[in-house]
Amino acid sequence: MSAPDYSRDEIMTVTAARQLKDRAVCFVGIGLPSAACNLARMTHAPGLVLIYESGTVGTRPKVLPLSIGDGELAETATCVVPLPEVFAHYLQRGRIDVGFLGAAQIDRYGNLNSTVIGEYGHPAVRLPGGGGAPEIATYAREVLIIMKQTARTFVPKLDFLTSCGFLTGSGARAAHRCPGGGPRAVVTDYGVLRPAPGTEELELTALYPGLTADAARAATGWPLKVAARLETLPAPTPAELRTLRELEARTREAQSRPVRITLPSVTP
Amino acid sequence: MELLPLKDAIAAHVRDGDSIALEGFTHLIPFAAAHEIIRQGRRGLHLIRMTPDLVYDQLIGIGCARALTFSWGGNPGVGSLHRLRDAVERGWPQPLALTEYTHAQLALAYSAGASGMSCAMMPQYAGTDLERVPGTTLRTVRCPFTDAPLTAVPAVNPDVTVLHAQQIDAQGNVLLRGIVGAAKEAALAARRVLVTVEERVQRLTADMNAVILPAWLVSAASIVPGGAYPSYAQGYYPRDNRFYLAWDEIARDRAAFTAWMERHVLGVHDHAALLRVLGVAA
Repeated sequence: MSAPDYSRDEIMTVTAARQLKDRAVCFVGIGLPSAACNLARMTHAPGLVLIYESGTVGTRPKVLPLSIGDGELAETATCVVPLPEVFAHYLQRGRIDVGFLGAAQIDRYGNLNSTVIGEYGHPAVRLPGGGGAPEIATYAREVLIIMKQTARTFVPKLDFLTSCGFLTGSGARAAHRCPGGGPRAVVTDYGVLRPAPGTEELELTALYPGLTADAARAATGWPLKVAARLETLPAPTPAELRTLRELEARTREAQSRPVRITLPSVTP
Repeated sequence: MELLPLKDAIAAHVRDGDSIALEGFTHLIPFAAAHEIIRQGRRGLHLIRMTPDLVYDQLIGIGCARALTFSWGGNPGVGSLHRLRDAVERGWPQPLALTEYTHAQLALAYSAGASGMSCAMMPQYAGTDLERVPGTTLRTVRCPFTDAPLTAVPAVNPDVTVLHAQQIDAQGNVLLRGIVGAAKEAALAARRVLVTVEERVQRLTADMNAVILPAWLVSAASIVPGGAYPSYAQGYYPRDNRFYLAWDEIARDRAAFTAWMERHVLGVHDHAALLRVLGVAA
């Protein structure tokens, strides 16, 4: 078999984008989630409504933003709302279909850590913290997670639980008053994990072409269960690859453009 | 509202030990004001900001801060804030006491402060470790109507809030346009409000529902073109994403950080001089 004409990063982004249905209302995290959401909008889901936590609602950026609040997001948005409003009126009120997150650690129930590695009071690594993720994980009707899979990041026990997945398993979300549906899929650089019906424990349900379940197991810090019917995911189409590569090229060009500020000749 | 040179505005309104919110969510971050605070050697500040960003990495690394209230402390899209991490992980240049919220909670805390409330409430969702952090200020109360559990977040009322904005008019009214974050709430919650602006105009170019701080809510204002750089001012200049990427390397090392700050912040007279040294302005 010849080497594929796409990278592992590319098939991961394309697979994540395919999880998004047209016209869904999606609350987007920065980084890999943002790339996947915009690829979906530029391919099969032109009606996808993207909301970034900077309060940019219905935004349609031509290049990927580096930060959650680049000017491109405001300029191409349906509206820009203050932060108390985007969190209370849009997210907490239950108006978000899909929350799209990444994290530093994930456990077998899809719970996420983005706060600390080590003890909270004396951390080995202080991570950025919760930001918008705890409420996105709580209130979105469903959550998609995108993370590279390693035994260091897919851990048996989180150092800190920042954002809820299924907590301790089936029924725990309801008991803890988390109205949203929890993680629907975890897209990794091996394939896709989904919660098993009945237990809500993540199991490997699909692999990319040429990869094995054993390799995915070795990249997981807990004994990863494999679904009875293990699917092989389709390779990216030429159109998906072209759209993603053009988006990334435009983004690189935009981010390398120098900023110039014209100062008034006499400062008043 | 008093129109003052930035040096005089900081000297008059920012004191050692103050709780201070330099707000602006990615957009309109008041970097020029922060650098003037550093040049004037303020110490023992309690910094408040939803996203500490490079601006607080600089204030923390140079030794101005004793405490930080925040909700997301990274370099957006790049990675860690290395000076913030060094202070939390190793106490350099001094220990930093953290009060940590989610974005939704801190935005609400500003709103409560702006409304004269002692706290704000949100539906309680349990299961995370956030409410179990030692010294957490979150409390559980019961809704008097439904008996549902609610999370109470104490109001945030900074001694001083500092904002950057696009325009000030002849009467001293201030216009913010674009991503406004929780800037208005942080200003209305504060005891004193300082603003830097891109330019002074006769009349604000604003629609009827624009975000405007009336002159009588503003303690002092300074005209500082480019005052949000390397953040941005919608309609004036874009975010310098190259600088945000380059900061990762500068801030990673204590000596490299200190040398950068000495040359670009402590070693210049004002913000225009910094922009010229960096080659951003002619």
